[in-house]
Amino acid sequence: MKLSFSDEDEKFRAEVALWLFENLVGEFEQLKFRGGPGDEHMFPLERKKWEQKLAQGGWTCIGWPKEYGGRGCSIEQQVIFNEEYARAGAPGRVGHIGEGLAGPTLIAFGSEAQKQKYLPGIAAGTALWCQGYSEPGAGSDLANVNTKAHFDEAKGKWIISGQKVWTSLAHESDYIFVIARTNPNSSAHKGLGFFLMKMDQPGIEVRGIRQLTGTSEFNEVFFDQAECDADDIVGQPGEGWAIAMGLLNFERGVSTLGQQMQFQNELNQIIDIAKANGKSQNPTIRQRIADAHIGLKIMRYNSMRMLSDTDDGGLQKEALIYKLFWATWHRDLGELAMDVLGPEAEILESGPYTLTRLQAMYLFVRSDTIYGGTNEIQRNIIAERGLGMPKEPKITA
Amino acid sequence: MEFSFTEEQKMIRDTAQAFLAEVSSSNAIRSAMDTEQGFDPQIWQRICEEMYWQAIHIPEEYGGMGLGYVDLVVMLEQMGRYLLCSPFFSTVCLASNALIVAGTDEQKQQYLTQICEGSLTATLAYTSKNGQWDATAVQGIVTTQGDDYVLNGTYRYVLDGHTAQLLIVAARSEGSEGEQGISLFAIDANTPGVKRTWLPTMDQTRKQAEIVFDNVRVSSSQLMGEANNAWPQLNKVLQLAAIAIAAEQVGGSQQVLDLTLEYTKERVQFGRPIAGFQAVKHQAADMMLRTEVARSAVYYAACVAEEALSGGLLADELGEAASVAKSYCSEGYFKNAGDALQLHGGVGFTWEYDVHLYFKRAKSSELFLGDAAYHREHVATLLLD
Repeated sequence: MKLSFSDEDEKFRAEVALWLFENLVGEFEQLKFRGGPGDEHMFPLERKKWEQKLAQGGWTCIGWPKEYGGRGCSIEQQVIFNEEYARAGAPGRVGHIGEGLAGPTLIAFGSEAQKQKYLPGIAAGTALWCQGYSEPGAGSDLANVNTKAHFDEAKGKWIISGQKVWTSLAHESDYIFVIARTNPNSSAHKGLGFFLMKMDQPGIEVRGIRQLTGTSEFNEVFFDQAECDADDIVGQPGEGWAIAMGLLNFERGVSTLGQQMQFQNELNQIIDIAKANGKSQNPTIRQRIADAHIGLKIMRYNSMRMLSDTDDGGLQKEALIYKLFWATWHRDLGELAMDVLGPEAEILESGPYTLTRLQAMYLFVRSDTIYGGTNEIQRNIIAERGLGMPKEPKITA
Repeated sequence: MEFSFTEEQKMIRDTAQAFLAEVSSSNAIRSAMDTEQGFDPQIWQRICEEMYWQAIHIPEEYGGMGLGYVDLVVMLEQMGRYLLCSPFFSTVCLASNALIVAGTDEQKQQYLTQICEGSLTATLAYTSKNGQWDATAVQGIVTTQGDDYVLNGTYRYVLDGHTAQLLIVAARSEGSEGEQGISLFAIDANTPGVKRTWLPTMDQTRKQAEIVFDNVRVSSSQLMGEANNAWPQLNKVLQLAAIAIAAEQVGGSQQVLDLTLEYTKERVQFGRPIAGFQAVKHQAADMMLRTEVARSAVYYAACVAEEALSGGLLADELGEAASVAKSYCSEGYFKNAGDALQLHGGVGFTWEYDVHLYFKRAKSSELFLGDAAYHREHVATLLLD
């Protein structure tokens, strides 16, 4: 076991930190510590410009192969980049779905033509993507897809109709990847296709969902005879599920360390408040703050294990438990923030419903234990995949 | 950055697992715990002679293997998993560490060599009946008499204190308080004036004793470190020991999860194995989460301990890493053991099944060397004061 980074990696760290120090200035200064989950609605235009600034510096898609516009960085370097990015308070990435999900999926499963067509825009920070998976009837039961796709021979295009929901950043996106049913007689995970679609077209309508925070970063997306070029299906019709699941494997990884830096910033803010208002001397609050710190430390150790663990190429148990752990930890942090603030927690920044960062965090964290697989689903996954316990019995009509 | 075991460490783990599965069976544990001594001398001998575990992290110049704290932790995890009844923890994780951290060259040469040879067991006595684990726990009084010292006081919760041959003892000079005035001594357990009494404990798998020092005369050659100024060293020993016991707790957490899985997959109710019920699966999932999280905390702390002993970059993190590990692992193991008992249903409540042995060990190791709240307060002090 070795926890330190090499001299070369530390040089890379200095390079990242210097670039951020020199570039996160001027018009971008106001973006510091903004735009994470719960704050996605803030500064959309400025953050898109920031995305392009990053690309010019060569700091988007750094883990991708060089031939597709990436940097071919090692895991260690990606860890370092994410740490320094968050440490500098650089803004939440509007490009993360393209960079972290759409791109890696295309690199793994896409045709060469699809790679050439889509990857450069993602790497340049000019093409933003969103993810069309969930539907009103397909939350945790992700395969319960009702959105339909049929191939129109005359037009030579796929025609898509249906509805997606909880689509983060759809209102800011240029493209969406969609799973839709290509075989109308199929059910569950069979007969699905994986489609790459342009958002700006007749037949696609985006409606913001107003969240309990008062803001909208999720949307409903309606498809009414929307079109997708024949070449823009990834893999074959009917193979969509395997591709969608392959994509979910990309959701885990180095970005967890950047997320932890954001958590650290939130915890630091809570600690500062506790010191200022005297709550830091309350024995119960002391215990809870210490517990939050301990949880965050362990989250870091756990990620390091997850990233280092190639143990027999087998199941990574620390990866299985990661979502359940951080989501529950973050929910607790929201409650801690309010309890440290005391009655001041109730007072809004301004009317009609403008929340402070900690208030927005407190409310938004209730979604952490729901999206990306609820805590309940996570426990099922851990029990079934991690512990080999029996699967839920299938309900047959 | 490589936060995973080397091939050699995996080998140590697998060998330890196989050996302990053989020598620390349920029957073996039960016959050891029924004795006042608390362990089978033949198994201890095999550990020392065949396995050489007691020497694993002791420097080579004293006959040890000179491996790191991570290697030690790899084995401790397995010992916790198989509930090994032996003087290993007291001898290696308390006394050897104290000798390594605070011993004079002569003391190291004499005692560490004997420990490596398997001819000496030892322990640490520092806390009194007040049940504290910080510097205020040290209540034994030491006075000087010419070049010698005289020790008086009553020590409790001394692991294997009634059987260990060497006692590492902390005492304070009269009138001193807190972290001031503390000295450490290495004392032969058979010294006149030392009275040792076995304290029967709820957790029968690890024995404790009370030791009374009644005007015990100690020579200056038995002083470890600097007179009146040994708290920083004792504190370091306690932090290293907290990491060691946390490693055992991880092993215990894993074992109660494994026992529960085995049982719930076999136990049929309402026409199917109870492992198929979501209420059971979700508790088991939480048990796995606690085990894996605890494991990450312990492995990290072990790396820090290794650097603290070798003067590496992470040495300053020792106190924090130890408290992070001990607080999380203490609660995690106890919750897991409690859930295991619950999920075993009625049989979990019986003497015959092993679950209660782990349930009791979980509580005793939680309370030993500072519970979760104690260690959280330590972290809070670092953050808030």
